[in-house]
Amino acid sequence: MDRYNCPLMRQLQEVSFALVELNLYLDNYPNNQQALADFNSLSQKYQELKAMYEAQYGPLTNFGYAPSQYPWQWVNEPWPWEV
Amino acid sequence: MWIYEKKLQYPVNIRNGDLRMAKYLITQYGGPDGELAAALRYQTQRYTMPTGKSKALLTDIATEEMAHLEVIATMVYQLMRNASIEEIKAAGLGGYYADHDKALFYVNGDGVPWTAAYIQAKGDPIADLHEDMAAEQKARATYEWLINLTDDPCVKDPLRFLREREVVHFQRFGEALMDVQECLDRKKFY
Repeated sequence: MDRYNCPLMRQLQEVSFALVELNLYLDNYPNNQQALADFNSLSQKYQELKAMYEAQYGPLTNFGYAPSQYPWQWVNEPWPWEV
Repeated sequence: MWIYEKKLQYPVNIRNGDLRMAKYLITQYGGPDGELAAALRYQTQRYTMPTGKSKALLTDIATEEMAHLEVIATMVYQLMRNASIEEIKAAGLGGYYADHDKALFYVNGDGVPWTAAYIQAKGDPIADLHEDMAAEQKARATYEWLINLTDDPCVKDPLRFLREREVVHFQRFGEALMDVQECLDRKKFY
């Protein structure tokens, strides 16, 4: 199972999709408490999934948003278009 | 500042090459109603939006469009990657090959390069948001024509996702337009 088709990546894609949707909605309706509560709860879920994924496959984000093991993991292939 | 996430917004796993479809699909990379035009349009319009909400929305939709640009690039890349020279010539991509080999370049389906003339930033938020709503509808229609041009489920599936995003963005821009209109009306004193 490659890093872009594993169940963990699917979960990351599902949760991040919900977060994008809620984010755009909240941009227009910043006072919607239910949407904000959903956003905050999924945001925490995303951080948990991201940490699990990164422990296995290396950093998901660059520029200091995730630490790297030795040697520098960011350069590892495949890149997302190469599956 | 922007941060890259090393993942696609939506999975793409195309196993069968299809150069004709690659040629059609590349218009959503560098064509008039494509993802590059969308991303750059919203990104540059945001600076002169009148409210915090509209600045946020244009920033965030522009950012999502960059993710869509990567999905389209991945689809074109996977549709072309195993092609032979003979297949490239037969699909009418000889001209593209001469200029770009199999590199991704910002052109429409006929090889016309992307131009900033596709987009506008008028400085008038009502005009800009109307343009954005029209852009989403044009992109939605383009995805429907592209879906008609293939019978490969691995190609149709991400195209359906991208089509749905255009519908959502249109909705969000429409709400932003009403809010900005109200906000501008409130600022008028007689």
